[in-house]
Formats: sequence, structure tokens, C-alpha cells
Amino acid sequence: MAALCEEFTLCGLIASAGAGAGQGILGLEPGPDSDRVLLTDRGRTATLYKVSDQKPLGCWSVKQDQTITCPAVCNFETGEYVAVHDNKVLRIWKDEDVNFDKVFKATLTAEVYRIHSLPYTEPLVLFKGGAVRTLDALLAAPQQEIENVTSDEVIRWSEAFMETQQPVLIFTTEKNGNYFVYVQKVNPDILHKYKLEQEESSHPLSFTAYTKNKILTLLCLYSNGCVYKMSLQQSVPEEEQILSKSLLLKIVVSDTVLKRASLAILDIDHVAVLGCLDSPPNIAKECLSIWNTKFQTLQTSKELPQGTSGQLWCYGEKFFLTHGKVLTVIVYKCETSSLAAAVGKLKDTQTSGMRTVSSYVNWNMLQEEDLASPRAQQSVTAKTESKRTLRSRRNNVAKVQRDTLTVEQLLSDIKDSSQNDIEEELRQFLSNAQMSDFQATVGYVITGLMNRCKTEPTFYPRNCLVQLIQTQGLSYSLCPDLMAVALEKTDVHLLQLCLQQFPDVPEAVTCACLKAFLSINDDSLQGTNVNLDSVISYIDITPNDQVEKKRETVQNGFSSELMEDSCDVQLTHKSHVMYTEELCPVGPQKAALLNAILHSAYSETFLLPHLKDLSAQQVVLFLRYLQYLYIKCSEKVSMNFPGMRSPTINQIMDWMCLLLDAHFTVVVMLPEAKGLLFSLHKFVRAQVRFHSELNKIEGSLQELQRIKHQKDFGLYSIEMLELV
Amino acid sequence: MGEFQVHRVRFFAYVPAGIRCVAHSTRSARLALARTNGALEVYNFAANYFQEKGIPGHETRSTEALCWAAGDRLFGAGLGGDISEYDLEKLRVKYSLDGFGGPIWSMAADPSGTELAVGCEDGSVKLFQVLPDKIQFERSLDRQKGRVMSLSWHPSGTRIAVGSIDLLRVFDVKSGHAIQRILVDRRLRGLYSCECVVWSVAFLSNGTIVSSDSVGKVQFWDSEKGTLLETHPVSSSAVLCLAVSEEEDSIVVGTSEGAVYQFQLLPVKWGSAESKWVRTKPFQHHTHDVRAVAHSATALISGGLDAQLVIRPLMEKMHGKGYDAALRKFTFPHRRLVSCAKKAGLLLFQFPQHLELWRLGATNSAGKDGDILPVSRAPEHLLQLKSKGPEHICCSCISLCGSWIAYSTASRLHLHRVHWENGSVSLKRVSKVPKLLSSAHQLLCSADSTSLFVASDQGAVHVLKLLEPGSCGHLQTLRPNSGSAEAVYLLAASADGDWLAAASGDWEINIYSLRQFKPHCTVPAYNCAVTALAIHPVTNNLVITHSDQQVFEFSIPDREYTTWSRKVQQHGLHKGWLERDTPITHIAFNPKQPAHILLHDTHMFCVLDKSLPLPDDATPLMNQTTLKQLSEKARRGYAHAFKICKKYQPLLFVDLLEEGSLVVVERPLMDIKTQLPPPVQQKKFGT
Repeated sequence: MAALCEEFTLCGLIASAGAGAGQGILGLEPGPDSDRVLLTDRGRTATLYKVSDQKPLGCWSVKQDQTITCPAVCNFETGEYVAVHDNKVLRIWKDEDVNFDKVFKATLTAEVYRIHSLPYTEPLVLFKGGAVRTLDALLAAPQQEIENVTSDEVIRWSEAFMETQQPVLIFTTEKNGNYFVYVQKVNPDILHKYKLEQEESSHPLSFTAYTKNKILTLLCLYSNGCVYKMSLQQSVPEEEQILSKSLLLKIVVSDTVLKRASLAILDIDHVAVLGCLDSPPNIAKECLSIWNTKFQTLQTSKELPQGTSGQLWCYGEKFFLTHGKVLTVIVYKCETSSLAAAVGKLKDTQTSGMRTVSSYVNWNMLQEEDLASPRAQQSVTAKTESKRTLRSRRNNVAKVQRDTLTVEQLLSDIKDSSQNDIEEELRQFLSNAQMSDFQATVGYVITGLMNRCKTEPTFYPRNCLVQLIQTQGLSYSLCPDLMAVALEKTDVHLLQLCLQQFPDVPEAVTCACLKAFLSINDDSLQGTNVNLDSVISYIDITPNDQVEKKRETVQNGFSSELMEDSCDVQLTHKSHVMYTEELCPVGPQKAALLNAILHSAYSETFLLPHLKDLSAQQVVLFLRYLQYLYIKCSEKVSMNFPGMRSPTINQIMDWMCLLLDAHFTVVVMLPEAKGLLFSLHKFVRAQVRFHSELNKIEGSLQELQRIKHQKDFGLYSIEMLELV
Repeated sequence: MGEFQVHRVRFFAYVPAGIRCVAHSTRSARLALARTNGALEVYNFAANYFQEKGIPGHETRSTEALCWAAGDRLFGAGLGGDISEYDLEKLRVKYSLDGFGGPIWSMAADPSGTELAVGCEDGSVKLFQVLPDKIQFERSLDRQKGRVMSLSWHPSGTRIAVGSIDLLRVFDVKSGHAIQRILVDRRLRGLYSCECVVWSVAFLSNGTIVSSDSVGKVQFWDSEKGTLLETHPVSSSAVLCLAVSEEEDSIVVGTSEGAVYQFQLLPVKWGSAESKWVRTKPFQHHTHDVRAVAHSATALISGGLDAQLVIRPLMEKMHGKGYDAALRKFTFPHRRLVSCAKKAGLLLFQFPQHLELWRLGATNSAGKDGDILPVSRAPEHLLQLKSKGPEHICCSCISLCGSWIAYSTASRLHLHRVHWENGSVSLKRVSKVPKLLSSAHQLLCSADSTSLFVASDQGAVHVLKLLEPGSCGHLQTLRPNSGSAEAVYLLAASADGDWLAAASGDWEINIYSLRQFKPHCTVPAYNCAVTALAIHPVTNNLVITHSDQQVFEFSIPDREYTTWSRKVQQHGLHKGWLERDTPITHIAFNPKQPAHILLHDTHMFCVLDKSLPLPDDATPLMNQTTLKQLSEKARRGYAHAFKICKKYQPLLFVDLLEEGSLVVVERPLMDIKTQLPPPVQQKKFGT
């Protein structure tokens, strides 16, 4: 679901520079990176802004009697800025240049309409006569003759793209109500000319274009509120074609007229329209709206009461528009459309799919997710293969240019890269992550990974997930799918990490984990890298299984003899009791996993119904383990296991009670549980008796304590000390 | 891993002297502190509150007042009637000048730091001019009756407020006349009233005088009109000292009940311009008289007769609740007072005026961890060596075999040969000790007891040859190439007698070759004070600890930090280790375990095992109790390099004897408290 998010003011606009008069600004172009934009007003000034900080970084002005006539652009290759003033004077300067008069200057022979700058290529200069030159060719001979292509037509709009590594410039012209479209390829120099079908009642207001599968498509917004789509078939260069148009979207009801409107493409199915709806009885109202072209629905809209200039730019998930006397930035979110999203039924957990730096949208990069046939699948994999080489090269470039990876980049890579690539990128990303909203970012990343996991069953980036969980920035509610996926894959290590790290695992999931842990065979856990910290204090984890556990001395005065004092214990039971006491009923890995369960937070009321899902076998096994823990625990003086993450005696007791509460009737009926219950009962009774006896001699014990405390070491003693 | 027989020694009857006065210098972030025995200490707040300098005391010198003036020059004045300037490079009194006014009770430097005002017993206030290398008497203000207990300059430098018995006066500095005389309330005790001593005054820039007196009140006066503005009864006994913050919005006072109170200038209502002094925070960190307080920008500093220096950071001036905001208490000097003859099992204790030699006891049984073994031979107090003259001992040492004892006072080096004859011990003084031009700041005997290293001024180390049967001669003087002005305060010699490391007051560590008697190299400069040095007997690596708790290992043969040291720096030390608040004061080695380094501070000792992995912040630093409960195999995965024992504290000294047993010298605070005079009687609830 596309949505408009927060809105902030980038800067105020000076009325004298034409902003107040509804003329808007001359241009807004992307700066050297995605967070900077170059604003050129209709007067004399070009300003570089940092968008996230809402502050200007640099400002350059021409002399009093000069006017900038072409918006300043950033040459991404060199980091320089290029602008034209007084139609013919070209200026090139850098960030550190202060005085505009002293920067590089070249006077051209023809008037410039606009300069277009694209990443990884030379800027293109479009003259008012329709001729196109690359900047370096122009600078090599500034005084060269510039031909006139468009016999006194007026250029209305122009845009540049990269198509298969070659820059393409597309511009539209108007002459006496007739509109023409030119497509100029620079290398080799090919020019196509098309003519737009004439419409009686309306005229084009705004154009935009995109390229997909080497086909240029032009979108045109007419004043009657219709968006038409025209694909520019490139046939024979010489002849002029009439463009056929197909209706893509109808924005307004019939009797209203659109004025001063702009159209922008957001992604494959979304366009944004900024316009003034002028329906005669009412007053005109201006609004910004996002439309889904696939389902023809209005996704969101926002009224702009203070009026706009009808200009709309969108760079990197942000709209830039003049609103009243200020330049406003509106952040938007736009997700891949599905029917569910279109009707508003999709949960709002998905992150946006498309993030573009320039307005140019290359849909070749989009993953087609709904391809089902094996042939198509194959082609997709082939495509990803070929893309990988491309990407790795691009990554290298990216590394050279800026050493930090942006979230946007990572998110888009998560959609289509291979596991290893993602892992590598994620490591890089996490290693230099110093951002303020780290938690949110990690959340985005993991949601992205989860989405891919769900759509692509073979995709399971285990190491990435482990890395992300270990950042400690996650919680269950941030990525509810994670544990479900891990359960599905029975990734016990990941589940253990989740249980240890997440503060808010719901009881249902805890129980599902418990069930999964109890049903896994011990042998299959042998090789997993479960963290054994919590069991190390009471299970010897040496690899050979036949470890003869020597009986530890019983420290707190309790011995198993106490249990045997009543004569109604049958011999078989006794041996059973001895057995459970001697050996842990589960392997160390499973024990560690169960300990993670014991440690997790829960609320009894919510846990009990889910606990009932356990099968009788599982209950008995868990009970036996809990009993083992309990006996081990009470052997220690401190009644606690040393070390981190070991269960405490209270946790053991609570879980034992809960389990018995949930399954009491079952356990009572089970023949194999009888002995267990019986020995538990005996043990607890013995403990209670022991503690009540202890209570009786409490006074004497306190005296002992006092005596021990008062012991003075005197002035000199020789002691033994062992440091381990 | 390491099982030790520990000689737990508590018979070192060291009692630190009470704190008499302090002076804080915001400019250099240093605190000067004078003790009741005349000793002076300088703490460097920037170097994690390390006591970087010490000047030993003197019988006849008792410092009543300290002040920083003319930059970083330190002046003291006392009841001897002298004003002294301290030489902080050579660590001694630079010169003394008689004030000719009887005992001096108070001294203060004017705001520009060019004049000193001293208050004398005879009731005069004398002004001294601070000249580049001396001070000169300028003039006296009008002499009045009654001793001048306290004085304070007005921040403009034109007035001086003077506290005397029963009254306060304000002097005009230019004319020298008393322009205001304020009577202070006496306390009524029965029918008689007893005199009121104005222990401390402060002159604020708005003309308010703050006084604290023996009646227990802190009072605010208008110096123009001579009227009382506010009275705050603080204590039932005397309020001995007060200090004002630089912004004049906070005052700290110390009482004879051991309590410290903060007063703050707070607006009467939220947002109102009118503000009032309010007593805000009480602190009770001392048991005895708080004789001195100071107010730094972020902390209250107090020192008392219980010998404790307490630095209480103000939470409102701190960013968050971190390590910097923790309370600091200093009771013991950051210097070694004990030396150990490892081969002979002897301990030499250094007191201000005498030395004690003890022989450790012995046992012939063995035991396991935690056992107390029966003592078969009790420890023996072999001899007591009294130093002659009024000067206090500044350093001492005993040779490893126990046959030489050396100590030094500010002016003289003394050397004694100890003779052991069938169980009895006799001492022979070496009569012809070479006259060294400067005083000794640290002494050290070489491992084979043939030479004595004397740390001296200007980075120099004198090497004396110890000759049998009992004489010595000057062999060499080692000087650093850099020409340091600061005195050497730490020495370390290698076991093979080839190398000597010396750290001087500018934190430079020079390493000398003793074969060629010339400088070998300098350890790369590190911008924090060195607290201990030692050279490993096997590898000849120099282990250095700094007051910011960093540990470095420097290979002397290779003239570079060792790979282990680099690894430590790369990995970073554990947070728990870095946040200890006392410096490492001694380093020892276990020749049988070359990878082990023994370090100790006041509250713990640690065996640093270089072969084990370093802990990261997630693992607990103190893991001995946990490890002991684990099985042998499980321990291996959890052990880390720092094996810390906190069983013995406060620790003054830890060393490893020749035969592998450990000697720890403890000085329980309780034992010190019993030596102190009884505190002011206070009614406690329920008694």
C-alpha cells in the first residue's frame, strides 16, 4: 500500500525569484548523493541542500543582471556542478568554489534548453533547437555550430535515461497545438520523431517516461485528467510516426479540468499526480495523489491548501514540491502492488520495493515474482546469474565511491541476490552501522529477508539471521515470521537464540518451540551448534557418551537414602529412580534448548492452554528432565547452577507445576509416568521435611554463622589460595 | 592453574596522616594536598586522579594553607611561620621565607596570582609579591587584635575579608585600612559564652562574605553595610572549612562531625530572578573532622583527619550515570611503602620516621584452596631503624638477599649492611655514602645485590656499587638523552643485570643498558601517568601500567611493543578492568610461569595469564567463583586472561617470594580507625 509519510519543509522560497507568482522554481536536481538536492530558482541562485538535515550546504549566485536559465545539475562522474545562465553561458564549478564569477565559463553559440546528468556517463546538453551534445564534446569546442533540429517548435519537457549502457534523451515539443516526441540516442547518433495524436478538448500537461525491456514508454497526463501510455517503437529513424495512445488511468471526473499538473512514476504500478482540480462550481483545490495503475485505484492523496506551482519531483522516496512559499518534502512509501494491497487487506509489514535515486526507472532490475512455469523460472535464474556479475561490478564501483552501504541498497539486494552475496553485504552493513535508528533498520532488513524466505522456499539465509539476532536490536513483535520460519525449518540454534534474545515471545510460540524441541531426536541434534553454556555446569559435554559420572558429594545434607526410608517403594521403582537421578534423560543439546524455554518469560494464563497441546510422551520426557534438574539443583549449596543462562530453581519448580497442572489427568493415567510422579512426590516431601527441620534449628545455625563471621585472621596467617 | 601459599600480613601498622588542607587548580586539573605531618601530595585529575607527586613531610613543618599562584606554582604556609614554595619538578621545598608574624594560619593568592596574603598569629595580614623565582615581602595591612584564622580576596583584588576570633573584618588593599568590622555571634554555654572562631571565609564578587565558624553556622554578610544576610545553622560543632565554585553558585562546607554539605544559589521560584542560598546536599563520607574542602567544576573534594580524600562528582554536572560520576575515596598512597627481600623472606616497612624489618613465618604443612595452615614459625620483628633528624623518609629498599637496607630523606641517603650471625641480626651503617648533589626519589637494589640505583632529579639515575664487607662507591650517573626536567619516581631493573628502566614525572620511560651505562631507548610516549614498572626476568619485557588502567608490554631487546601488547590494545581491555579506581602499584613475575604477570591495586590482585584469551565486555571479569564450580574440562572454555582475587583488601603490597609463595600486605581500614583519635561525640538514634 502506498502511503504518504512525514512531511517537512526543506526551505523557504523567495517571492522575488518567482516562487510567489505561482511560477515555481526553475529546477530541482539530485545532488552528488541521494540525500542532497540542487535547487535552482528562477532568479540568480542555485543552492545545494542536505535533505535529511534540512539545511543548505552551499549557495551560488550569478551577477545582478544575469539570470540562470537552465537548472544546475550535478555531474556524477566528476562531482562538479553545471549550470547555464543567460541561455548561452555555461558554468562549471565545484563544492569548494565560492565566487561564481571565477568559476569555469564557456560561451556557446546556441541557447541551451536543459542539461541532463546521469550516473556513470557524461551529462547531455539539450539545446533549444533540439540538438543534443555531450558535455565533454561541447567543452572541447564551445564555439561549434549547433544545428537546429526542431524547426521552431518549443521544447516542453525532456528527460534522459540509460538504456543498455547508452544514454537516451527524450523530449517533447509543441507547435500550434501539435505535440511531437523526439528520442535522441547519443552513441550512435540516432533521432526518432513521433507525433502525438491531436485531441480536441484537452492538451498534454505533463510527461514522464520509463524504459523496460529496451522499450521506451511515455506517459502523458492530459488536462482532462487522463493518463495515456504510449510505447515508442523504434523502427525506421527517418519517418515521423503518429503515436497511438492507450488510456492507462483516468484521474478526474468528467466535468473538472486539471491545471498545472505534474506526473511522476513511482514504480511499476504507481504514479503520483500533483495537480489543481478546477471544477467550476467549487473553488480549485490542489492535491497530491498516488494512483495504482494496475487496479486503477487511488492509493492516497493529500490536499495542499496553500497552492503549488504544479511542479513535482521525486527522488529517493521523497516528493519535492513547492507548497505556498516553501519547498516541501513529503516522504512516501510505495510497495509492490497486489490485489490485497490494492483493496487494503495486506498487513502493513512490507517494506517498499523500489527506491530510485533518479527519476529514471529501470524495470529490468525488478524481479518478476509471479513467474510460475519452469521455463520462466529458468530464465529468471539465468537472468540473476548474469546480473550477479553485473552487480558485483557495480558493488565494486559502489565500494570505491562510498564505503557505506545504504539500507535501500541492501533491501533491494535482499530481493534478488544470492545468499552468499546478501551475507557478505549484511556483514559489511552491520560492521559500519552507526545509525541512530538502528533497530528500525535491522527490522526492515529482517522483514525483507523473511518476505523472500516465504516466497522462495529454498531461500534460507541462516547466517544472516543469526547475525541479525545477535545485534540484540530485534524483538519478536518486530519480525513475527522469523520464529515461524525457523520452526518450519527446525533450525534449533536460531530458535534458541530467539528465545534467549527476544523479550516478547508469545506463549503459543514458546509452546510450539517446546513441542519441537521435545520431538527432535537427540541424535539429530548431535551436530548442531546449539549454545551449551547453560548445561555446562551439570552435564559433562565431552563427546564420548559413555562417561561414567561419579557421584558428587551431597552438599546440603540431603542424600538419596532419605528417599528410601519408607518401605513401600518397590524395587523396580527404586531402580528407575536411581536411573533418572544418575543420567540426564536428554542429550546436552536438547537440555540447552529446554533451558532456553525455561528462561523465557511467560504468563501462566496464556501458557496453560498451549501446554495442553503436548503429547503424553513429550510431557513425561519434559517432566523427567525437570526432575533431573531439580535434583541436580538441590544438590548445590546455593540451590542454583553457576554460569550464565542456567535455569534457576524457581523456574524449574514453576514449569514443573505448570506441566502437571496442564496434564495432571493424563499423567495420572499413564503407567510410565507413575514411577516418575511417585519419585517426584517423595523427593519433594523429603525436601519439605528437610527444610522444616532446618527451620527448627535456624537459631543454632545463625549462631554458627555469627561465629564464622567473627573469626579474626590475626596479624599473620598462612593460607592457601588457588586461582583457576 | 596456580596454587599459592599466601603469607597474609597485617602487621604493617601504617597509619596515613590526616589531611590538613587542599588546593585545587582548575587550570592544570591538579589538587595539592597537605597532610598533618607536613607531607605534600599532588593528584592529577586528568590522569585518573593519580597521585603523581609527593614531597615527604618534616617534623617542624606543618602546613596550614596551600595555594596555587602565578600559573602552576605552589605555595604553602604553616605554623612554623614560614612561607614556602614547592619545587614540583625536584619534589622538595624550593625555599622558605619567614613571615615575621608568628605562626601563619591562612594564606590566599589574589585573583591575578601575583600577590599572596598571609594571616598571622599576631593579627597582621601581610602581602607578599610573587616574583619569577621568589617571593618578596611587600607590606602589611593595618594590624588588628586577634589572630587571623582565615582570609579571602574579593575577585576584584581590592578588598580582603579576614576571619578572626569573634569577628570578621574587611580590609581595603590599597590603603591597608580595615573598613568594616563585623561581630559574629558567640555560642552560649550555660551562663558563659565561649569564643567563636571564624574558621573560613569567602568573598563573593557581589560583595557578600560567607563565613563558617566554630559555632556551627554558615553565615552570609553584606560587606558594605556589615549586616547579616542569612544564617544557616549546619552543625552542633564547628564548621571548619568552606569553598566556593568558580561560578559562585555553589558552596561546599565541611564540619567537624565528618559531614560535608553543599549550598546552592537557587531561584526562589521557578523562573524568578531572585535567588537564595539553600542547603541542598549532605554527604557523610568521613568519620572525623573535615579540615579541607575544595570545589572543582564538577565535583566536591573533601579531606579530613581520617586521612581520606573524597571526590564526590556532582550528578547534575555529569553526563549520565557513568564511571566518571562514581565516588572516589583515597586512603592509601599510590606509592610502594613495602619492599621485600624475596630470597630471604624479609619485609621492610617504611614509616615516616622509621623502618621496620620483619621475617615472615613458615609452615610445614600443605592444604587445599581456602585452608588456613598452622604456622610453625611465627613472623619475627627483627629490627627497627629510626631515622635521625626532623626529615621524613621518602623512600627505602632492601636488597633481594636481605643484606642491604637503603633509605633516603630529603637531604641524605643512608645505607646499612645487615649481618646475619647464627640467628641474630646486626646492622652496620655504611659511613661513607657518596654525597649526591640531589635527593633520592626512589631506591632499588639490583637482583644480585651488587649495585644500588638511586632515582634523582632531572631524569638522572645514580648507580652506586655495593662492596663487601660494608662500603659503597659511586659508579655512574645515567641521564636521559632528552634532558628531562622532572624527577625519576619509578625504577625497574632486569634480573640479569643488563637493563634498567626509569619513569620520570613527565611520564617518559627511559631504558638504560647497564653494560655500557648509556641510554638504550625510550618507550613511546603515552599520555597518562605511569603507576608501576617491572622487567620480566626471562624475556626482558618491560611491563608498564598506567593510571588509566592500561597495561603495556615493551620488549627491551627489540625496542618495540610486543605482539601480546598490540593484541591487548587492539582487543581493548575489559570494561570492568578499566573502571577500577585505584592504580596498579606493583608488578611481579612468576619465573616458573613466564606467561604470568602479577599485578595489584588496593582492592584486588590479579594474575594476568598471557596465554589465555582476553575477555570481552560480555563475559564477567571476576569469574573465579564460577570457574571453581565447573569441571576441569569445562573451565578451559571459560577461563580468560584475568584471574582476579579480591579476598585480600585493602592491599598495600603483593609479591612472589623465591620459593613460590605469595606475600600480601593488608592494612584493614578498621585497624587504622582504631588508631585515630575519637571523633566528635554524636547522638545516634537508639543508643
